[in-house]
Amino acid sequence: MTEHPGTGTVGRFKKNFSDCGMDPHPSETWKLAGKRDILRIRGELLHSIRLFFRERHYLEVETPVLIPAPAPEPHIDAVACGDRYLQTSPELCMKRLLAAGYPRLFQVCRCFREAERGSRHLPEFTMLEWYAVERDYLFLMDECEALLRFLSGTLYGKEEFAYQGRSIRLSPPWERLSVEDAFRMYGGLSVREALAEDCFDEVLVSRIEPNLGTERPTFLYDYPAELASLARTKEADPRLAERFELYLGGIELANAFSELIDPREQALRFEEAQQQQIASGKRPYPWPGRFIEALSAMPPSAGIALGVDRLVMLLTNQASVDDVVAFPPETL
Amino acid sequence: MYSASDLRKNLRIKLEGDPYIVTEFNFVKPGKGQALYRCKLKNMITGNQFERTFRSVDVFEPADLQEKKMQYLYEEGGQYHFMDNASYEQIALSADQVGDAAHFLIDNLEVEILLFEDKPLGISLPNFVDLTVTRADPWAKGDSVSGNSKPVILQTGYQIQVPPFVEEGEKIRVDTRTGEYLTRVKG
Repeated sequence: MTEHPGTGTVGRFKKNFSDCGMDPHPSETWKLAGKRDILRIRGELLHSIRLFFRERHYLEVETPVLIPAPAPEPHIDAVACGDRYLQTSPELCMKRLLAAGYPRLFQVCRCFREAERGSRHLPEFTMLEWYAVERDYLFLMDECEALLRFLSGTLYGKEEFAYQGRSIRLSPPWERLSVEDAFRMYGGLSVREALAEDCFDEVLVSRIEPNLGTERPTFLYDYPAELASLARTKEADPRLAERFELYLGGIELANAFSELIDPREQALRFEEAQQQQIASGKRPYPWPGRFIEALSAMPPSAGIALGVDRLVMLLTNQASVDDVVAFPPETL
Repeated sequence: MYSASDLRKNLRIKLEGDPYIVTEFNFVKPGKGQALYRCKLKNMITGNQFERTFRSVDVFEPADLQEKKMQYLYEEGGQYHFMDNASYEQIALSADQVGDAAHFLIDNLEVEILLFEDKPLGISLPNFVDLTVTRADPWAKGDSVSGNSKPVILQTGYQIQVPPFVEEGEKIRVDTRTGEYLTRVKG
């Protein structure tokens, strides 16, 4: 709001709305008030998430937001903050805890990614990550099913919800579709062809994603190994990684791995990612040496990151992530 | 030059010599994948539309358009008439060329007419226009069930969501870029 030059002391300290023709509630305040139902559900969901993991004997932890060495990933850019970075995910610290003997962990935290802004992206967003030792990505598929059914049941008393004109059923089994089958079915080409023609992301976004999770949730699983730098490769086919993405209503909600625990292999993949960062003109982050060292003590594990803002979008039937946070960045 | 991260709705860029306007825009990014900028583009001369996905490395030239200040006169048979106040020259634009701006066109409103090689292509509105509410349900004070907004009709026939305290006959300020209510205006 613009400052009106004061007409005496009263004018300076008391805003006289009828004089300047302004509403008693400027538009941002009015919009914020209109979010109260969604923000109430958001708060309840956070509470229910904690209940779910506590009942399953997961320990809630907090790890630093400000870190010296984010995981190098070719397409995820960290926001620099002084001589450190804001975390893009708590992944590396969570795994150091697993290596130290904590068997089941979860965390709800703020993550930051440079230049990500769209109807499903906020540069600052809320992530739910959870990890379990001696488990693999198939176990996490089951836990996703249980979590979503629990949250929907707690909120609405049923395992079904409406999203943007469609009804999504949460009763199992959910669809399990391999990346290869999805490319052949919806994209009209194989994964290798898509990679060779450098159009993997474009085909995924424009032809495949809109078809995923439309009636029941879809697990899109077994990604090409080069697209999963922190995931374990499959024993039967090392060109594939044990990674899945969970989709509901065409929206990517979560990303999971059977975690890579070989420190040498992880170091090689990070070096490759750093080379890609350099090739696209970016300054690589400092080397995450302590994380690599810790990997040698880490038991086989599975881990998953779920976007809480998108979860709220889905469960409150909102089209944009802006609708489910109190303050989209432009309103600050 | 624009880069892909400058892309947004209503940006005008030049592609293969023609001016295009971005009519729909979305930033997408598959998990662990690269940022993609999905656009619906409209050729500002032919009106042809198509979808295209850009990557963050893509760059564009701005569309080479001139703008001329003109005053809105009237609409007749789907043609919108404008006049240059200096030269009294008049031009007409089709409903298609005026597009959503028609929601905010009131008599004598000063607008910018976009020209590409002297041919009118479209119009740019002031960011804020004050319009009169011609139809609104009365505000039941303390009625919390009715929620935080209600639809009203403006003098141009445009329907808009406003806070419940806005009454018929009042003037409101609308942001023409978003089409959203901004504030009540006195007088």
